[in-house]
Order: sequence, then structure tokens, then C-alpha cells
Amino acid sequence: MTTTLKPVDAVLVGCGWTGAIMGQQLCDAGLNVVALERGPWRDTPTDFATGFAQDELRYMWRHHLFQNVADDTLTIRNNVDQEALPMRHLGSFLLGTGVGSGGVHWNGQIWRFLPTDFLTKSHNEKRYGKKAVSAYDMTVQDWGVTYDELEPHYDEFDKLCGTSGKAGNLQGKIQPGGNPFEGPRANEYPNPPMQQTYGPTLFGKAAAELGRHPFPHPTGNMSQAYTNPLGAQMGACTYCGFCEKFGCGNYSKASPQTTVLPYLLQKSNFTLRTECEVLRVELTADKKRATGVTYVNSAGEEFFQPAEMVILSAYVLQNVRLLLLSGIGKPYDPKTGEGVVGKNYAYQTMSSVNVFFDDKLINPFIGAGALATVIDDFNGDNFDHGGLGFIGGAYIAGMITGGRPIEMIYTPQNTPAWGLEWKHAAAKNYLRSFSLSIHGSCMSARGNYLDLDPTYRDIHGRPMLRMTFDFTQNDHKMSDYLTDRAAEVAKAMNPREIKLNRRTGSWSVVPYQTTHNTGGAIMGDNPKNSVVNKYLQSWDVPNVFSMGAGAFPQNAGYNPTATLAALAYMSADAIKSQYLKAPGPLVRA
Amino acid sequence: MVTKVNLRRRQLLIGSVAAGIAGTTAATVHDGELGAPPQTIRGVVPWQEGTADAPPGATGTGYAYFTPPEAAFIEAAVARLIPNDPVGPGAVEANVPFFLDRQLAGPFGRGDHYYLGGPWPKGTPEQGYQSRFNPAQLYRAAIAAIDKYVGANLGAATFAKLAAADQDKFLKGMESGDVKLDGGVDAKSFFAMFLQNTKEGYFSDPIYGGNKDMGAWKMIGFPGAHYNYKDWVTRHGEPVPFPPVGFKGRPGWTET
Repeated sequence: MTTTLKPVDAVLVGCGWTGAIMGQQLCDAGLNVVALERGPWRDTPTDFATGFAQDELRYMWRHHLFQNVADDTLTIRNNVDQEALPMRHLGSFLLGTGVGSGGVHWNGQIWRFLPTDFLTKSHNEKRYGKKAVSAYDMTVQDWGVTYDELEPHYDEFDKLCGTSGKAGNLQGKIQPGGNPFEGPRANEYPNPPMQQTYGPTLFGKAAAELGRHPFPHPTGNMSQAYTNPLGAQMGACTYCGFCEKFGCGNYSKASPQTTVLPYLLQKSNFTLRTECEVLRVELTADKKRATGVTYVNSAGEEFFQPAEMVILSAYVLQNVRLLLLSGIGKPYDPKTGEGVVGKNYAYQTMSSVNVFFDDKLINPFIGAGALATVIDDFNGDNFDHGGLGFIGGAYIAGMITGGRPIEMIYTPQNTPAWGLEWKHAAAKNYLRSFSLSIHGSCMSARGNYLDLDPTYRDIHGRPMLRMTFDFTQNDHKMSDYLTDRAAEVAKAMNPREIKLNRRTGSWSVVPYQTTHNTGGAIMGDNPKNSVVNKYLQSWDVPNVFSMGAGAFPQNAGYNPTATLAALAYMSADAIKSQYLKAPGPLVRA
Repeated sequence: MVTKVNLRRRQLLIGSVAAGIAGTTAATVHDGELGAPPQTIRGVVPWQEGTADAPPGATGTGYAYFTPPEAAFIEAAVARLIPNDPVGPGAVEANVPFFLDRQLAGPFGRGDHYYLGGPWPKGTPEQGYQSRFNPAQLYRAAIAAIDKYVGANLGAATFAKLAAADQDKFLKGMESGDVKLDGGVDAKSFFAMFLQNTKEGYFSDPIYGGNKDMGAWKMIGFPGAHYNYKDWVTRHGEPVPFPPVGFKGRPGWTET
């Protein structure tokens, strides 16, 4: 039996970054908002206090804060000729759940995409020709939004998080010490950059000697104490080295908990219900309007929450699945190329170079989620791709997030994985090595998509999401080229030796790569090529908005959070300034 | 208002140690998700004093999950994966077998964080773990299959009775996938889990039963659950003098 609840102005499905931002924006506009979070409530002093937060086994390897695949997983395969099988254990990506979700256990890497990243198709086509954007069955698109439109919203997110960094382009003027390739910023970062440890410093020196343009990684790890515009206070980072994959016990990492929720939860027009999983969005008979959502809580009770607006603010994979399960938009068919929901699923093409010294103590345990010196010389279209046979690129980071020993002991090429030789290599190299991270773009392609699995079902009896994905030759070529560029910097640091960890072969779910899944609910300038318009509003059901990186038509060589947050702010602005006055499509098809 | 689940979680863990001997118990409460009662939060940050989601450390002595023949395999095999020598402790000296036992007797062994529903085709290597077994079941089935294989092919009663060099050779065969085992056990998949779990026991906080006296951390120079390095961030290349510290502190807590 389903209990029907009192109607609200807006229901948020999921309370991570975009849920918290939309909650704050819509509640400040006076709307009555309910957020439904499938996972538990979590707060800093209870759930990741400094007394026990630094627990590699529990958080990284036993997935204490991550989505439990026993309850909810997806099926995976590399191509349509294979049978998709369940992801039975987390590996390649570490999905979030609970209040704050991935915003609790992210690194705090805060990047803006390049102005040309929003014009992937038109810009590259113009510079390199039609084939450059259609080779390898690529299906890249322009976003339908520009960097200039998003800039004020990137700025809003920087102020919310207290981003620590150094601007490289202030209102068109290149600034020493920052990223000279970035789009123009209206304002300097709210906080100065973090101090750099030895490894990133060596990387920066070597990169500069090669004529590259190193700068400190922009980060939501606080370089000093900060109070954000909502009055939330954060403390200076202590460089404890337990940041990515962990909650911060020190209020030093921007998260929904540290930046938005203390403000939002005090508002009488905001209600958060935890342990409540949305099963589907309910539509009117003509499927042109959502009436609300049906959800089930952990006690097994089912509710219908009527709402004037439904905001899908869960993770990419959940948002796309809810669209498919609710019949919102036409599902994508890779055979015909028709349909849009599930189209252009993309990922991130990661590789690395390990650097080993004899004479330098790197002390890798001194780290933070986004503690790095970076070069952006080979990202996006910051370099001439003529004759290279690929588009896109990566940033290269001399990065030390920590020295957690189960995960992060680097051993030289051809060292066995066990036995005395391994143990001796671990003992010898742990303090004297670190890794360069090559964080590459991932271009969308015709055969990479999300749909509903025909065989496997979740605990509620709903079909699982099915992911069909492999790296394209474009991405392999890009990654090889970028890994070579990283190796040049590594060698210029004069180490004893280096080890290249290239991205080879098909995508595998086994080794951890990154939790940057994108696409499937992509944005664009018309309903034929996209699920949502530039305000993240469904073309088909205009009182449904789909947040998050699902909107990315392909993935740039950067971490996605700042961009998806900026898109949420832009969506909220359009809802407040236009939609509430005249509910309906914000962009005419 | 807030009912934090750590107490229930601890009870579950202790209860499962007893149940673990008989194999596996269906999990009714998962860490984190869907286990807690639904809450409605409004007008206040729902913090409650005196609650903490503290880690569930290992307790007791002796084996709760491994049978004596299983323990013989585990002790022999981890001694080859991480042998003892003056550079640092071996896995046996670091108490890794006890760690593995407690892990398999608890939520990890039960597969609380694995999806184990069917059907169960083998899949491609890229599709990862594709067994119906939870980790505790896999260890049990694998150890039985290994000793059977050794008995039939390598001229010793069990793996533990093989010479060290032959043990290494056999382990390499599992690692590469050259060794094929009975009982529905994928040798390569088991080896990968076993090696990973062994390193987990070697390097995790001592509260979980391994990494005895933080010996593995001392060997590599990891200071452990140290909270603040601010004074050391820009002291490039200098040795950091802190001895390792775990959640329960360390001997000589007040030093430096």
C-alpha cells in the first residue's frame, strides 16, 4: 500500500552536492522542498571523527562510506556483443551514497573546464576537420552552454567551497603562478593555494625546466580557515593524507556537510528524509508532466510524494536509471543512433607514471586530496593536435594524496607482487617514491551507452542499469601521448628510475581508476540530440530537471564536480528567475 | 532522535563470529546503507552527543572461522606471500592469519559488500569477480581444492607440507592462472583476493588483528593514523621522526 503525502513545491532525489545546492537555492526562494536520500544521515563528529577517520581498511577496502553493491549495482560489458554481468564488487569507480554522498569522500579537486571543452564538436571540427570529431565512431557534441555563461556559477561554487588556488587568468589578464590556459575568471580564488610538499615541488621545477607551466592544483582542501557566504566555517587542512575515499574529520574539505547543510537544515521549508529510495518518477497519463515520486524507506513502507517539480539530484547512474524506469525521454539505440536517454556515456582515461628516488625522502604520507602541482599544457585544445590522430587531452599532476600503504606502495618495473623481493622493494621505495597522475578526457562514442539490463534486477525488483563501455582508439592515443609527456617531466626530476602505467586494453571494472562517470542524460540545444536543455530541464517532461555529470555530452580532462555544481547553480537561477513565473519549457524546441 | 547503528553493528559482528564457523549468515544489516531506520530531519542538524561510528576491531584469540587444516594452509601460504627476515616482519609474525580469520568470520567474509545474485556466467576478466561464493565460502572451497590438487599432483599430503620452493611455484601457478582447481574455484581469482587480504592484514591498523606492534608500518616508515603534518609540509626531504601510531595509541605514547 502506498501512502500519499502532502504535496510540496519541489522534491529532490538524492542529497549529495547537487541536492544540497538545489535545496539551498530553492528554499532561499521560498519554496517548500523535500529531499529524499536513499542512504543514512552522516555528520563529521559522528561518522568520520579524527579519532578514527584514518582507517584505510574500513573506508577504502571495506567500502564503509560507499554504495553497497549487495543492495544496488549495475551490469557491465565492453560492447554489445557481450553479455553484461553484474559488478559484484566495487573497483573501477567508488560510488557514493548517504547524505553528502561522493561529496564526502571526494578529493576536493576543483576544476573549470576550458572554454573550448564546451565546443568539443564545433571547435575541433573547425580546427582539425570533420574527421577529427567523427573518427572511431565518436559522437561528440557541443554542450549548448558556454564557459562565459557558466563563469559566474563556477565562481559561486568556488566561494561556497573556499577553493584554495591561484588564478591564471583574471578577466583576460594572464597571472604569474596560475594556470595560463584556463578561461578568464572574474575573481581570484577565495583562498591562497596549499603549501606544496617535496614531490609536487620537484615536479613543478622539472616541468618549468622543460618549458611547461606548472601551478598549484585548485582544491577544496582548505589552505587556511574560511567562512563561506552561508556562514559555514572550515578549518585549515592538516595534510593527514586521508582525504580521497575518506570523510574529513577536521572540517577542512568542502562537502555538503561542511558548506551547505548547516545552513540548509535550519530552514523550516526544507525537509530531509533519509533511508528513502525513489523507485520512479510518476507521470500524468500523457507523460508530459511529473506528478511526484514514489519511494520506499528502509522499513519497507512505500510513499507517493506529490511535487510541482522533480529534481533528479542523485548520481549520474541513478538519474539515468530513473529516467529510463519512469519513461522520461526516448531511450538511446546504438544500432540506429536514435533516442537520447543513455546516450554518450563516458568516463575518464587515467594513467600514471611512478617516480623512484634513491637520494630524496618524499614522505608520501604528508598529503591531501588535491595536493599537487599541475601542468595543463596538454589538456583540451591547449596544444596543436595536428597529425596526432586524437582530440582531447589531460592534465598531468605531481600529486600526493597520501601514503596509505595497502593501496599506495609503488615498486619498480618487474617487481613481483609478493615474496621477499616485493617486501624489500616496498621497504626500500615507500618513502622515496610518488606518482604522476595523468587525468585524461574521454570522448563519447556510438557504442558506449546506458540502458536497462534484461536479466538482472535489484532488491526492489527493478531492472539494473546496464553499462556498455570501452575506451576508444581516440582515448588510447591521447592517453599514450600524454603518458609520454608525463614521462618527460618524470625523467627531468633525475630519479633513479620511473615506471609507466599506461592505459592499455579494454576498460576493466577491476582496478580503481576514478569515479567520474558521465553522460547518459546529456544536455544540448535541441531534443533530438539531448535529454535536457542548458538549464538541465527535461525536453519531454518540463517539470523534471536532471542534475549532475550525466549532462556532460563527453568528458573533459578534468574532475567533474565544479562543472556539475556550476550547471546546478545555473539551473537554479533559471528556475527562480523564469520557471517559477511561468512553469514550462525554458528553451523552445 | 538519532539511533546510530554502531552498537548494532558491533553486536552483528560478534554474533557473526560465532555463526561464521558454520559458514555464512544472511546479512540483515549492512554497514551504511538501508540498515538504519528512516529519519525525517527538519530545522536542526541531527547531532547527538555520545555517538560515534567507531571501527569494529577484532576481538578474542584463536581461530573463529578457519578449521585446523585451513589454518595450516593459511599460515604456510602467507609466510610465502610475505616472508620473515631482518628487513621486516613476515605475515605470520605480523599476525595476518588471525586478521584473515576475523575478516572471514565477519561482514567481509559474508559478502555484505558483494552482489552475489544469479545467474553466474564466468564473464570476461574485465567484468571482474563473477563467483557465487562470498569470500568466506571462496576461501573454504579454494583451500580444500588446493590441498586436493597438491595431494593428486605434487606428491605431498597438503600445501603446508610442500617445501618452500614448491609452495612458491604453486602460488605462482595460481597467480598466473596456470593451475586449474576443482570445486568451482577460479584459482587466479582466489589468489588475487588472498594476496590483497594478506596485504590488508599486514598494513591495516592493528585494531583489526594484524600488523602486530605496527611492525609493517615501522618497516616502510609510515607514521600511521597521525593527524597533523602541518609543520612538516615544507621541510622537504627531512626524515619525519614520528614513530607509528594506531587508533589505540602506541607504546611510549608520550615520546616526541
